[in-house]
Amino acid sequence: MLTAFAILVDGLVYAAYLFIVAIGLTLIFGVMKILNVAHGSFYTFGAYGAATAVGIYFDRGLPDAGGFLLMAVFAMALGLALGLILERGVMRLVYGRDEVVMVLVTYAAFLILEDVVILIWGPGSYATYQPLLAAGNVEVGELILSNYDLGLIVIAALLAATSYWALKFTRYGRLLTAVIFDRETAAAFGINVRVVYTVTFVIGAMLGALGGAIMAPKIAVTLGIGVEVIVLAFAVVAIGGMGSIEGALLGALIVGICRAAAVHLVPQIELFVIYGVMALVLLIRPHGLFVRAQPRKI
Amino acid sequence: MARHGRIAASSAFLAAAAAAFVLPDWMISLATIAFANGLVVLGLIVLWRAGLVSFGQALYYCIGAYAVALVGRWTGVSDAVALVLIGGISAGLVSFVVGFLLARYREIFFAMLSLALSMILYGVLVKTESLGSTDGFSVIVPTFFGYAPHQDGLLVALYWLVLAVCAMAALLVDAYFRSVAGALAVPVRDNEIRVEFLGMSVSRLIHTKLVISGVLGGLGGALAALAVGHVDPNMSYWTTSGEFVFITILAGAGSVGPAFVGSLLFESVRSFAFAILPQLWQMLLGSVLLLTILFLPQGLGSLITRLRWRRKVEAP
Amino acid sequence: MLHRGSSLGSALGSFCLLVSALGVAVEPAGAQNAAPAAAAVKLGIVSFLTGPAAAPFGIPGRNGAEIMIEAMNAGKVPAPFDKVGFGGSKVEAKYIDETGSAANVVTEFRNLVQRDQVDAVVGYVSSGSCLAVTPVAEELKALTVLYDCGTPRIFEEKPRTYVFRVSPHATMDNVAAARYLLARKPDTSSYSGINQNYAWGQDSWRDFAGAMQVLAPKITVDKILFPKLFAGEYGAEISTLLTSKSQVLHTSFYDGDLEAFLYQEQARALDKRMTIIATTGEAAIWRLRDKMPNGTIIGGRGPNGPLAPDSELNRWFQKIYSDRYNVPPTYPAYQMAMSLLGLKLAYEKAQKGEAKPTTDDVAAAFKGIEFEGPSGKVKLAIGDGHQGVSETAYGTYRFNKEKNEPEIVDIMRFPAECVNPPAGINADDWIKEGMKGAKC
Repeated sequence: MLTAFAILVDGLVYAAYLFIVAIGLTLIFGVMKILNVAHGSFYTFGAYGAATAVGIYFDRGLPDAGGFLLMAVFAMALGLALGLILERGVMRLVYGRDEVVMVLVTYAAFLILEDVVILIWGPGSYATYQPLLAAGNVEVGELILSNYDLGLIVIAALLAATSYWALKFTRYGRLLTAVIFDRETAAAFGINVRVVYTVTFVIGAMLGALGGAIMAPKIAVTLGIGVEVIVLAFAVVAIGGMGSIEGALLGALIVGICRAAAVHLVPQIELFVIYGVMALVLLIRPHGLFVRAQPRKI
Repeated sequence: MARHGRIAASSAFLAAAAAAFVLPDWMISLATIAFANGLVVLGLIVLWRAGLVSFGQALYYCIGAYAVALVGRWTGVSDAVALVLIGGISAGLVSFVVGFLLARYREIFFAMLSLALSMILYGVLVKTESLGSTDGFSVIVPTFFGYAPHQDGLLVALYWLVLAVCAMAALLVDAYFRSVAGALAVPVRDNEIRVEFLGMSVSRLIHTKLVISGVLGGLGGALAALAVGHVDPNMSYWTTSGEFVFITILAGAGSVGPAFVGSLLFESVRSFAFAILPQLWQMLLGSVLLLTILFLPQGLGSLITRLRWRRKVEAP
Repeated sequence: MLHRGSSLGSALGSFCLLVSALGVAVEPAGAQNAAPAAAAVKLGIVSFLTGPAAAPFGIPGRNGAEIMIEAMNAGKVPAPFDKVGFGGSKVEAKYIDETGSAANVVTEFRNLVQRDQVDAVVGYVSSGSCLAVTPVAEELKALTVLYDCGTPRIFEEKPRTYVFRVSPHATMDNVAAARYLLARKPDTSSYSGINQNYAWGQDSWRDFAGAMQVLAPKITVDKILFPKLFAGEYGAEISTLLTSKSQVLHTSFYDGDLEAFLYQEQARALDKRMTIIATTGEAAIWRLRDKMPNGTIIGGRGPNGPLAPDSELNRWFQKIYSDRYNVPPTYPAYQMAMSLLGLKLAYEKAQKGEAKPTTDDVAAAFKGIEFEGPSGKVKLAIGDGHQGVSETAYGTYRFNKEKNEPEIVDIMRFPAECVNPPAGINADDWIKEGMKGAKC
C-alpha cells in the first residue's frame, strides 16, 4: 500500500518536472513547428540565473518566500532577454526555410550558448539548495516527502491550468490556437503571424528558463544540464502530440508514473522507460496522443 | 555530363588516395574517420531527399561497429573487408526489420521513433556488463587478405579501404539517385498521395531507402570501429545521431560528393576548435554552423552548383 | 533544390573543398611547428574542460597540472623534485578537452602525439577514454600517463609498454570502503546501493558488494538502484530507500549527481536513517560544506586531500594550490600532481648527462618506480610494473561548526596489500575468490 502511494507521489513529482520542462518546447513547436534545441539553453540559463539570485538573496536573514519569488523572476527575465535576442537576432533570418534547417539553427545557437554560460559563470558548479531545504518536509507514515517536491506538483498543475485557460479564453490564446491550426489561413485572416511567432518564442523561452530555475535547488547547477533535458522534453512532446498542452501533460504523467513504478518495482528497466513509452505510444498513435485533425492536402 | 561527373569523382578519390603519401599521419587518421562518418551522412542524404530526417542513424552505426568488434573478439576473424561487409549486412538486416515499423511514420515522429530505437540499443549495451558497459572494448587489429600491416602501413591501408568503400558507395548511390526509385524521392517528399495515385508504393520506396541508409550506416560504423580501434555504447547515443544530421544539413542534399567533404570539414573544424579554444570550442563550432546556414542555405553542395550555374549562364 | 546526378564541376568543386578543408586542419600544425623547440619538454594534458565532469574532475586536474608545472619550471618543488622542469628542461603544456566520443578522443590523442609532437601525454578521467587511447599509445609508442580513470582493465587485458598509471585503480576504493564499514559499524545487517548506471557505477557496486560478500556474508543486500547517469532527479529512488530497512547506503556518485542526491535526500531526512558511504565524497566536501551529512563515510580515491598523510610535500602542495585557486586541492588535483611527479622522476632517472632521454629510456625507468608525493608513498607494483598501488584511507565526515570548516575524522588507513589485488591476478577474480593474499 505504501509502495503504491510512493509510486503515485514520485510519479507526480517526476511528471511535474517533465511537464514544466516540456511546456515551453511544446508551445514553440506547436506554433512555429520548430523543434527548438536551444530550449536546453533556456533551461540552463534559468538554472544559472536562479543560482545567482539565490546566492545574492539567501543567507541574509531575509524572508524565504522572497527568495523563491526572486529566483523565478530573475530566471524569467533572463528567458525574456534570451528569447528576444535569439528570435529577433537569429531565427528571423531563417524563417520560411526548410524546418530542418531551422532546427539546425537552434542547435547552432545551443552550442554557442553553452559556451556563453562558461564565459559568464565559469566552468565551476553552483549550489542553490537553500530554497529546497527551507521548504521543509512532511511525514506520511514511513515516507518523508519534501514540501518543495509537492510544491512542484502544484506549480505544474497551475502552469497547466493557466496555459489551458490562456489558450481557450483569452484573445491572444485564440490567435495562437488559430496559428497552430493553420498558419496560412490565420495570416489570411489578418493575424500578424510574425508578432505571434516572436511572442510565442519569448513565452516559450521564459517557460524554459522558469523550468531551469525551479529545478535548480534540487540539482547541482553545472555544465551540461541542458543536454539531458532536451531529449526528455522532446520525448514528452512527441508522446503528447504536436503543440498540444494537454498532450504534454498526459505524456508527462504517463512517463512519470511508469518511471516511478519501474524504480520501485523493476529497477533494471528504468533506463528504457521513457523511450519504451514513447515507442509504445507512437506504435498505437503514430502522431502522438492528441492529434489535431489535419485536412489531407491533395 | 554524368559520365564526366563519374570520371571527375573517381579522379577526386584517386587524388585523395595518392595524398596518403604526402599527408602527415594524424591527418590521414582524421580523414579516415571523417570519410567513414561520411558514409552515414550519405545514408541520411538518401533519406532526406524523401523528406525524412532520421535521428537514429546511430543505431546502424553502432550495430556495424559492434558487429565488427564482436566478430573479431569471438571468432578471431580479422580480415578487414570481411568485417566491414559483416557490419554493413548486420545493420542492413536490422534496418530491414525495423523498416516495417518506421516506414509508416513521418516528420518528427519518424525522427523521435528512430531516436527511441537507437536509445533502446544504448540502454541494452549499457546494461551488458560483459561487454564493458559504457567503457566498451577494443577492436581486433585488421588484416588485409592475410597481409598484416603495422603502424603507418596500417593507417594507410585503412585509409585506402575507407576510400574504396566510399567511392563504391558514392557511385552506387549516385546510380540509385538516377534510377526511377531514387528520382521518386522528391515527389514522395512533396506529395505522397499523388505518388500513390501513380501506382507506386510509397512505403515500399521508403522501406528501400531505410535499408540503404541502414547498410551505409553499418558500413560507416564498421569502418569507424576499425579506424578508432574501440567501440562503446556512446556510438548509439542520440548526440551521435545529432552530429550526423548536423553534417548532413551542412552538406546539403544536392549530391553525393558533399557528404564526404562536409564530414571532412566538420572534423577539421572541430579539431581546429579544440586546438585553439580548448574550453570554448563549442562556440566556434556553433558559429561556423550558423554562418554556413545563413550564407549557404542549401549546404555546401550549393556552393558548387552556384559556381556551375554561373558558368552555364556565361556560356554564349 | 535537387540536381540530378553529379557533374564535372561538382566533382572538381568537391575536390577543391576537400583540399581547403585539409588546409583548415593544417593551420594549427603550422602554428605549432613555428614554436621554438629548444630543449623544452612538451606535455599534452587531457581532461574534461567542458561538460558535467569538468567541475569535479577535469578542472581540478587541469589546475593541478598548471600549478605543478609552474612550480617545477621555477625549481620550487621540495626535494627530491627540485630540479628545474624535467631534468633541467622547462616543461610546456598543452591543455586539451577530453569531451567527445571515443573517435574524438583518439583523434585528439593522435593530434597531440603526431601533429604537436608532445613528449608525453598525461590525462584522461573517463575509463572509456583510457581504454580507447591505450592501444593507440602503444601503437604510436607514445609515453602516456593516465591520471584519474579507475578501471583495472587497462593493464589486465594486455601487457603495456608505454602506458602507465600512478594512481591506484578503483577496486581499492570499494574494498577499503567495505573494510572501513565493517570496522566502524560491525552491527550492520543490511545495506543498499545507489550508483550511476554506467561502467563506473556498475564496477563500483560490483566491487563493493563482492568485497562485502567475502568479508561479511551474513549481511544482506536490500535495494540495488542504478539511476541514469546525470539523471539529476532522484525522488523515486529516495522514496524507495526510505521504505528500505538498510542501515547503510553505498554510492559512487560523484560531484554533480552526488550533490543533487544529497540535497534531495536531506530535504527528506534519509541520512538520519541510513549512513551513506560516498566513495568519491572527498571531491565534494569543500563545496557541500555543512550540507554533507555528518557521519557520511568519505573516500577520496586514495590518500588525498584531508585523507593524505601529513608531510612537508603535502602541506606545500595544499598551500600553492589554495593560494592560486582559492579552494583546497581535491583528489583529481592530487592524482595529477602524483602523475607528473612520477613522470618527472622517471625522466630524470633515465637521463644520462644533459641530453634528452628517449621515450624507451623513460618508459624503462618508469617501470616499477617507487616514490613519495603529496599523497604519500606509491609503487608501480602491479600490471607488470605499470600500475601504481598505495595505501588508502577512509574517514567519517564532520562539519566543524566552530571553525566553520569541513573535517574528516576517525581516519583509518589500509596498507596497499590489503586493498589492492596482488600482481598477476585480475581485480575481479581476486575479489570473487576471497581476496586471497590480502595483508591488513
